[in-house]
Amino acid sequence: MSALEAVLLTVITASTPLLLAAIGELVTERSGVLNLGVEGMMVMGAVAGFAAAYTTGSAALGVVAAVGAGIAMSLLFAFLTQTLVTNQVATGLALTLFGLGLSGLIGEGFTGLPGVKLTPIHVPGLSDLPLLGPVLFGQDLLVYASLALTALVAWVLSRTRLGLVIRATGGNHHSAHALGYRVIAVRYGCIAFGGLCSGLAGGYLSLAYTPLWIENMSAGRGWIALALVVFSTWAPRRVAVGAYLFGTVWIMGLYVQGIGIGIPSQLLSSLPYLVTIAALVVISGNRLLTKVNTPACIGQTFVPDR
Amino acid sequence: MRLWLEQRPERSRAMSVISPLIAIALTVIAGAIIFAASGLDPLRALFIYFVEPVTTLWSIEELIVKTAPLVLIGVGLAVCFRANIWNIGAEGQLTVGAIAGASVPILAPHWDSFLVLPLMLLLGTLGGMAWAAVPALLRNRFGVNEILTSLMLVYVAQYLLDWLVRGPWRDPGGYNFPESIEFQAWQSLPTLGAGRVHLGALLALIAVALLFVFMARTLKGFEIRVSGEAPRAAAFGGFSRSRTVWLCFGISGGLAGLAGICEVAGPVGQLQPSISPGYGFIAIIVAFLGRLNPVVVLLAGLVLGISYLGGESAQIVLGISGKTTQVFQGMLLFFILACDTLIRYRLRFGRRPGAGTAGAEQAP
Amino acid sequence: MKKMLAMAAGLALSLAVTAVSGDDKLKVAFLYVGPIGDHGWTYTHDQGRLMLEDQLGDKVETVYVESVPEGPDAERAITRLVRDGAGLVFTTSFGYMDPTIKVAENFPDVKFEHATGYKRSDNVSTYIARFYEGRYVIGQIAAKMSKSGVAGYVASFPIPEVVRGINAFMLGAQSVNPDFKVKVVWVNSWFDPGKEKDAAEVMIGQGADIIAQHTDSTAPIQTAQEKGVLGFGQASDMIHFAPKAQLTSIIDNWGPYYVARTQAVLDGSWESSDTWDGMAEGMVVMAPFTNMPDDVAAMAADTTEKIRSGAMHPFAGPIYRQDGEMVIGEGEHLDDGVLLGMNWYVKGVDDELPQ
Repeated sequence: MSALEAVLLTVITASTPLLLAAIGELVTERSGVLNLGVEGMMVMGAVAGFAAAYTTGSAALGVVAAVGAGIAMSLLFAFLTQTLVTNQVATGLALTLFGLGLSGLIGEGFTGLPGVKLTPIHVPGLSDLPLLGPVLFGQDLLVYASLALTALVAWVLSRTRLGLVIRATGGNHHSAHALGYRVIAVRYGCIAFGGLCSGLAGGYLSLAYTPLWIENMSAGRGWIALALVVFSTWAPRRVAVGAYLFGTVWIMGLYVQGIGIGIPSQLLSSLPYLVTIAALVVISGNRLLTKVNTPACIGQTFVPDR
Repeated sequence: MRLWLEQRPERSRAMSVISPLIAIALTVIAGAIIFAASGLDPLRALFIYFVEPVTTLWSIEELIVKTAPLVLIGVGLAVCFRANIWNIGAEGQLTVGAIAGASVPILAPHWDSFLVLPLMLLLGTLGGMAWAAVPALLRNRFGVNEILTSLMLVYVAQYLLDWLVRGPWRDPGGYNFPESIEFQAWQSLPTLGAGRVHLGALLALIAVALLFVFMARTLKGFEIRVSGEAPRAAAFGGFSRSRTVWLCFGISGGLAGLAGICEVAGPVGQLQPSISPGYGFIAIIVAFLGRLNPVVVLLAGLVLGISYLGGESAQIVLGISGKTTQVFQGMLLFFILACDTLIRYRLRFGRRPGAGTAGAEQAP
Repeated sequence: MKKMLAMAAGLALSLAVTAVSGDDKLKVAFLYVGPIGDHGWTYTHDQGRLMLEDQLGDKVETVYVESVPEGPDAERAITRLVRDGAGLVFTTSFGYMDPTIKVAENFPDVKFEHATGYKRSDNVSTYIARFYEGRYVIGQIAAKMSKSGVAGYVASFPIPEVVRGINAFMLGAQSVNPDFKVKVVWVNSWFDPGKEKDAAEVMIGQGADIIAQHTDSTAPIQTAQEKGVLGFGQASDMIHFAPKAQLTSIIDNWGPYYVARTQAVLDGSWESSDTWDGMAEGMVVMAPFTNMPDDVAAMAADTTEKIRSGAMHPFAGPIYRQDGEMVIGEGEHLDDGVLLGMNWYVKGVDDELPQ
């Protein structure tokens, strides 16, 4: 295995959970809802995925359970913020806290057990090509799913009627309501999609990335995903770019150490966060870039009146 | 049949008192169900969890020690959130405050003067403010979302602390373990009473009182409330949004930094890689639990403090997992947030009368 | 309301009763920094606790608190354990050192045992294991088994304990192959499987074909297996996580120490002491040598035996620092004081230490 190939492979695996969670949150936010509970949904997806896969022996069932857990958590959020019009920021934070605790409780019986790994696909011929083979054709299904979902979201948002409705809901919920769109229902759907994606991201952690379960194994990746959505200025393609950029900086921090260059490892560890902040500055500073896609109603509650 | 909300003509006074009680009752019921499901006597478990921590002087003192930083940070955040400014990086501001304040005893270990402690507290506050100024600046200057920048800076602050205590600020006599020197008596906060209660508790009370007056009685406080509740009106009124951002980040960052140096110069007694068990994040819950009202924040801090101590007791006495505490806190917050809705809305079941065009709206 | 008060009073009474009825047994308490299911550091301490229950269960009762953060909470948790009647308390993380000393001052009749620290008092003992003995053995195995002559070392934090491990590993490897190289990546965490995995994978990509770790999760050894290279377990036997990759594992075996110290309290013979046990006392145990040819296994077993009997010291001279300066000459070995505060690398380690 060449060094380049190793780096590319690790970048892909490090970026995939970020991309999965971010693309879901992007849809949620485009409908005008800010869900800060990504971390909580993700970690619940991770524990549910691991538990189901370990109990049944099937990684596929694990993925299903991860998705289910993510959706269940997001529906809890949707019920609170949409039906009971609670504050979205506070509810999202509570969701994270709740998810971290509950996943720890559920996972108590599953720590330190060898997990079931989602096996990478193997395309005869293609997967055996040097360099390109393993990188492009030897990943597991969730890696392709993350890219396919990104393309799907990009297409739906920009080219379909559903996308138009979602964007209208996020842009101005009063007008959307006046036009006869069911704002709350649309948001329920978008929140659930966010939960699905976060669950998938969590499942990726405990089934593909490191097939094991430990408490807090999402280790802050949900927050990075949230940052990536802003980084992307709510454009699906740029989410993918951002996720891979972050993954690259993350891996390079380890790579540089492996070569033996004496930079404090703490600096290297904080580099991804600093780079994200810098990127946010560059992007937010450009009003043109942000204006186009920014959901104007983000974070505001909506109650249809008589 | 479905559930929907009907807006009340005005906020219900009765409900603003009753709703937290309903929330606590719901949490207790849900907790009892969880305990019963894990095979414990639910009453005994609830007693250990919520009552036992306030039955002895020692644990009451410990409760104060645990609550002080939560309240100190929580009141600052309450002001911030009132203005719709989302500083969720208080943990980082706490860390930098602790570093800045601790620089005095670490860089001048032999300087024994009555000035040392006040200087440490001042530097701690300024350190927290400085760290909070970064997201404020980025927001005002470049329009960067402050939720994310303040959060990212938490990690950076923690790595900075880590680097310092493993590198330049390591105790030379400490066998290269990651700790600074231990602070001497004149570099530590005086304790009140027999236990570990320190000056920080008093500072928290003062902060509560000052911010209560500030928010309720001063023009600036009014400005902050208006700019949160009705941003457009605030703009028409000539209130500067960017000044409000600076002010709110300054207050919340400064108080977080003060909490940081109080922890380090109080119960911890030195700099070490981990100085806070997530106070900056828990304080966000405290702020909301306290409905962003400084006095209620104080009560909310006590409630969360009890849930921590109770969680520990429950582990020791009942042998249940520490994760239960987190689940409890999450649930409590859900219930409180949901019940707060009752203040502004009535719950209705059944079909909604014909939908019209207007929509009610609350800023987050 | 009245009813509730009565209920509360009743409960308080029943609690008091249970507290009294438990009094005839010695209560032994454990404070853990991680969750007991981490399969690393905390897990092995809890295994020790279970062994204690198993052997002295009729005379002692054990309690534990897990995931107690180092910092202001530790002192309260220790006090809480003591107030609950603990007569002997094991605090199992370095960051509990000062809290343990402080609480011990307030409770002179209670015995305390702090792992990995250096501060003692009349009722505070310290204990730590000579894990570096095991690391010397795995260094030798690494040098024998590696084809590329490069090992990757996933390290947690640059504290003396970890640096000592890296040096012992290097010295062991150099005794077999003087040109052996070790790459070190600090992940700044004891427990972040994702990052540990990435670190291992990056070093494998850079040519390492042996993975050693001083972090707690099973991710590095699992990664080694996945990538078809070899590696070593940490803290407990991780063979069922990587049956094809684990060469051996350095096992922390705290149980015998916990039993002995508890017995000493029961006998009234407990005294404050500084314990640094290794292979000789059975605190450090090697897992079976697997996935290697017989001659390598024989060499490893032989080295283990020599260290156990005291015929060989992993830090025997001559030892040179990275810059070539000789630290100790032929015929001598480094003393425990130097080992305790070690913050420099031996020659050949491909990394720089944060100073």
